[in-house]
Amino acid sequence: MSDPVRIDLPLNRATARSLRAGQVVELFGEMYTARDAAHRRLIELIDSGGELPVDLTDITIYYVGPSPAPRGAPIGSAGPTSSYRMDPYSPLLIARGQTGMIGKGPRGEGVLAAMREYGAVYFAAVGGAAALIARTIKSYEVVAYDDLGAEALARITVEGFPCVVAQDSVGGDLYKRPK
Amino acid sequence: MKEIQFDAIVAAVRQMCIRGCTLADPRLLELLAAARRGEDNELADTILGQIEENARIAAGGGDESQRRPLCQDTGLAVFFVETGSDVRIVGGELTDAINRGVAQGYRDGYLRKSVVGDPVRRANTGDNTPAIVHLRLVSGDGLRIRYAAKGGGSENMSRIAMLKPADGIEGVKDFVVNAVAEAGGNPCPPLVVGVGIGGDFEQCAILAKESLFRPLGDPSGDEFYAGVESELLGRINSLGIGPMGLGGSTTALAVHVLTAACHIASLPVAVNLNCHSSRHEEVRL
Ligand code: SF4
Repeated sequence: MSDPVRIDLPLNRATARSLRAGQVVELFGEMYTARDAAHRRLIELIDSGGELPVDLTDITIYYVGPSPAPRGAPIGSAGPTSSYRMDPYSPLLIARGQTGMIGKGPRGEGVLAAMREYGAVYFAAVGGAAALIARTIKSYEVVAYDDLGAEALARITVEGFPCVVAQDSVGGDLYKRPK
Repeated sequence: MKEIQFDAIVAAVRQMCIRGCTLADPRLLELLAAARRGEDNELADTILGQIEENARIAAGGGDESQRRPLCQDTGLAVFFVETGSDVRIVGGELTDAINRGVAQGYRDGYLRKSVVGDPVRRANTGDNTPAIVHLRLVSGDGLRIRYAAKGGGSENMSRIAMLKPADGIEGVKDFVVNAVAEAGGNPCPPLVVGVGIGGDFEQCAILAKESLFRPLGDPSGDEFYAGVESELLGRINSLGIGPMGLGGSTTALAVHVLTAACHIASLPVAVNLNCHSSRHEEVRL
């Protein structure tokens, strides 16, 4: 396998647009964690015109609900959760600035359309490779929704987070199987 | 009458949960290695390599304090328990002992608590209880406890159908292959595919779940169904889904079929998928 492509976060629209399905990448820098519950709250805030706890411009969100951090570690095991559960929420977040998403499994047509329109990319991480991925997470800090426990909205710093571009902004899609 | 202490069951269950969630099944690692040798999709091979590396990291390099859950979704705790009619539990009820062991194991092993007390109002119970317990009374004075950590991603892709007897084994096979095809990358392939055939509605689902406890890759003891398993494995691996649904020939590592008698008018079939994080433990007390 050719060496992974290094990507520094935050991810701007131009870089997001340049990525192609099939590229194996390693991410460096800051991103956020959230699952369905935190997504729902963000969308409710947008709908009601409230102030968001994070600036969505160029952010990447990792769909994860980590296991508890053992003493001395920033985070417990932290593999991706199924992304389709975020499909109802992602298009609006992409329209508001989000450029990167990380999870497992394919995204629906609504998300893919928003990715094409605004320039965003979907990375797949290896589900169940949770101890391996946790090693690349250097810090974990809850930003909002502490009451959601493992599902809180948190800011994390990663070094060499392994994933692959699964669906890109020009219709490239690793989940499309040759018939 | 043989007496078994409540606390001994709690301790055994606690240990099973922690071990099961952190130490990969050696048989799974063998099947992964064999699959890698036959995999010619580069990305698939990279992913399988990450899964192997993950197992090494989770095991903590032999240092118990450095063990980590293989997957952050440490699942619902599912138990199949066989208790001998000559066994008496002293100091409390069996189900309570199992639940206490789960609560302790998930706390002490830093395992994720993934249970909500009500399916609609969804408040987390905080200690991963209650467990799902399938209890059977058998003869003798043994107590056999089997534990599985069943993650949501693969469980959510399970399917059941009440086929017509006329659909026959071909109908059963098509149903299984379609269930895997529809699940795609969501249940974290490479999979172990559990298939229940026969029984009634609920027994069929239980058969599918229980089949996942068979030592990984061992064929059915019934030659006919062993043939069905190997044909299904071949068909599933030619779907092209591959590890994590990103392409390749390694979609399933094994197919396990378990059957039971059924009504003359019925042919129930259930598919319960297990991800590569196949976490099963067994103790006998
Ligand atoms: S399906 Fe299995 S490996 Fe994938 S996230 Fe769930 S428990 Fe983990």
